[in-house]
Amino acid sequence: MNLTTALARLLIFPGLLFAVPAAWFFLWVERKSVAMMQGRIGPPFMQPTLDFVKLLGKSTPSRMGIEGWLMRAWPLIAVSSAAGAVALLPVLPSSGGFEGDLILLLALLELPSVCIIAAGFTSRSIFGEIGSAREAALAVAYNVVFLLAVVSIAAAQHTFRLDALAQMPNTPLRWLGIAAMLVCLPAKLHINPFSLPNAEQEIYSGPMVEYAGPELAMWELSHGLEWVTATGLVAALVAPHVPMVWLAGPVFVALSFAIVLLLSVLAAATARLAIDTSVRFYWQCTLIFAVLAISSALILRMRT
Amino acid sequence: MNLWNRMMCFCRRKSPWLFHMNSGSCNGCDIELVASLSPRYDAEQLGIRLEGSPRHADILCITGPVTKNSVNAIKTVYCQVCGPKAVVAIGSCPATTNVFIDSRTLAGPLNKHIPVDVFVPGCPPRPDAIIQGVAKAAEILAERSAAQSAVPAVQEPECAEAIAAESGEVHS
Repeated sequence: MNLTTALARLLIFPGLLFAVPAAWFFLWVERKSVAMMQGRIGPPFMQPTLDFVKLLGKSTPSRMGIEGWLMRAWPLIAVSSAAGAVALLPVLPSSGGFEGDLILLLALLELPSVCIIAAGFTSRSIFGEIGSAREAALAVAYNVVFLLAVVSIAAAQHTFRLDALAQMPNTPLRWLGIAAMLVCLPAKLHINPFSLPNAEQEIYSGPMVEYAGPELAMWELSHGLEWVTATGLVAALVAPHVPMVWLAGPVFVALSFAIVLLLSVLAAATARLAIDTSVRFYWQCTLIFAVLAISSALILRMRT
Repeated sequence: MNLWNRMMCFCRRKSPWLFHMNSGSCNGCDIELVASLSPRYDAEQLGIRLEGSPRHADILCITGPVTKNSVNAIKTVYCQVCGPKAVVAIGSCPATTNVFIDSRTLAGPLNKHIPVDVFVPGCPPRPDAIIQGVAKAAEILAERSAAQSAVPAVQEPECAEAIAAESGEVHS
């Protein structure tokens, strides 16, 4: 393990120096494309960045004791885990450095969602608690499908190492797993039709209701980084194997961009579903595909 | 003014987030406010976003003639908006109480209770007038942030009073 390469991956590409501008860019792409599909012009290019800087300059309500500490800690944990997850993505083939495995990546990917749930309950607002309860129910629903899909890909490849997973051969099984992961992304990113944990008009943006100023800015950033990680994970699995190292980065960015556009089309075309419908969707409709993927992976493994 | 402050002023002007509050309005102005976000007027071009929580907002948009029931709620929500903040009174009702003047159920106009920065007259005002009012309020916000230190000192006693009134109401 080479420390310099590990730091370069964490801080430069695909780490912070790439991920933070990419997070703002993807947030802008999502808002802009939804606006264009609705026949509007939409926000200017730098809008998420301007929002972030403005939030940094706002005051926050004073909170005492352990509640205040926790309220400040949750968004920071969410941002750092999302940034760590981006750095783990297998973008550059066999670049050395710290090679975390799939289990670490999934844990880091899940941590922002856990922080959101905790933040809603810490805020002690009734709207925050409802939002957290919804987020928890949704996480239980989509994570079964998401994890089964990821595990099916890992089982087919006999490994949890990320760079080995990224170079998986082109089998129908791989595409089944990727399709099941794609279905889970809208719920993971809280966009329509699964935007119910942070529903603005019903429950005053749910777990975020009591957050203001720099803390809210951190939540916005962690949401953007979640976009980069979640789309990046699928992009890294979809990406064809390119021999040139310099081409791997642009291919990854282009594929992530395409997935962001796909999700934006879905968000613009649908309305928010109720919690029971969302949970039923994941447990009844998509679970079949995930179970199919993992069972065929296991059968294939037994035959070989 | 140093570079950071100048950048902050620019960002405040370009990213006004609204919280909409109805203080007994007939719904006319509320519909026009929502219409200003629709494809025809598209307020998002100016970075305007309607937020769910007053904690996220920079600009408080109040419609309606301020009924007696809503006064405490207005004060509470005004205090929940984190500084620097601005208030836009939308329609003729919050400015003058309009046709409801002298009604015994009203405690208006709005500027008796909280400081108002921009009045958008009309019954209801057109969406483009509302967008202009919000843009004006964002300018005021940016200017105010240059002289930020003076603002919280003025607002704090009011907020303490409003929160006390609110908690008194809950207990009784």
